[in-house]
Amino acid sequence: MSWGGWSEFWAMGGKGFYVWGSYFVTLAGLALEIVLLRRRSREAKA
Amino acid sequence: MGHCGGIADIDGMSTAIRWFWFASPQTFFPLAGRIAAVCWGLAAALAAVGLYIGFFVAPTDAQQGEVYRIIFIHVPAAWMSMFLYLVMAFWAAIGLAFNTRLSAMMASAIAPTGALFTFLALWTGALWGRPTWGAYWVWDARLTSELILLFLYLGFMALQASIDDPRRADRAGAVLAIVGAVNVPIIYYSVQWWNTLHQGASVSLTRAPSMASTMLTGMLVMSLAFWAYAIAAVLMRVRCIIRERE
Repeated sequence: MSWGGWSEFWAMGGKGFYVWGSYFVTLAGLALEIVLLRRRSREAKA
Repeated sequence: MGHCGGIADIDGMSTAIRWFWFASPQTFFPLAGRIAAVCWGLAAALAAVGLYIGFFVAPTDAQQGEVYRIIFIHVPAAWMSMFLYLVMAFWAAIGLAFNTRLSAMMASAIAPTGALFTFLALWTGALWGRPTWGAYWVWDARLTSELILLFLYLGFMALQASIDDPRRADRAGAVLAIVGAVNVPIIYYSVQWWNTLHQGASVSLTRAPSMASTMLTGMLVMSLAFWAYAIAAVLMRVRCIIRERE
C-alpha cells in the first residue's frame, strides 16, 4: 500500500474520524488499564 | 538396583509435587512477574508489526475503502472479549469445584481486561457501523449479545466488589461467570442463527478465509499482540490480588 503522502494517510479516504476514533480510544483504553495496574501494584506493595 | 529405584521414586514424587507447586499463590507470584514482563515486550513488538501490515501493507478494500482498517483492532478485541470470558468461567469453575485460591484470583484478575476488550469491540464496531450501515448502533443479535457480555463482566466485578469476604465473593462470582458462559456461543453463532446486519465470520476454522491474505495476516498479528497484552495485564493484576489477599 502506498499512500500519497501523510495528509492522505491521516484522511483515510475521508473516513479518518471513524478509523482514528477507533484506534485512539483503543490505545487510550489499554494505556489507562496499564496506568491503573501500575498504581494498584504500587499500592499493593506498600 | 535398589538405589536406582530410589532415585526413580524421588523423581516421581518431585514431578507429582511440581504439579501443585505453581497452584500456590506464593510460588506463582514470581513466575507470573517473569511471564508478564516477556508478554509486555511481545505485545509491543507484535502491535508494531501488526499496525505496519494493517496500514502500509494491506491494500484498500474494494468495497469499503479505507474504513475497513478498523478490522485490525475490532476483530481481535471481539475475539479476546469472548475468549477471556471462557477462560474466566473456566478458572471460576475450577475454583468453585476444588476450592483453589489461585483459580478464583485468576478469574477476578481476568474480568477487568475482558470488560475492556468487550467495550473496545463495541466502540470500534459502532465507529465502523456508522459509515458502513448508517448507524452507530442497531439492536442486532450480534451487537446485543456482545453488549450482554459487557454487562456480565461488569456484573461479575460489581458482585465481587459488593461482598466483603473474599472467599464468598469468589463463590458468588463463580456462579455468575459459569451461568453467563452460555452467552459466548450465542455471540459466536448469532450471525448464523439470526438474520443480522452484522456480517458473518470472515475467518473460521472450517473454511478458507474470505479476505486478502495481507489483511488476514495483519489481523492475526494484531490478535497475537492483544493476546500478549491480555496475558501481561491479567498476570500483573493477579500479582496485585495475591499481594492484597495473602
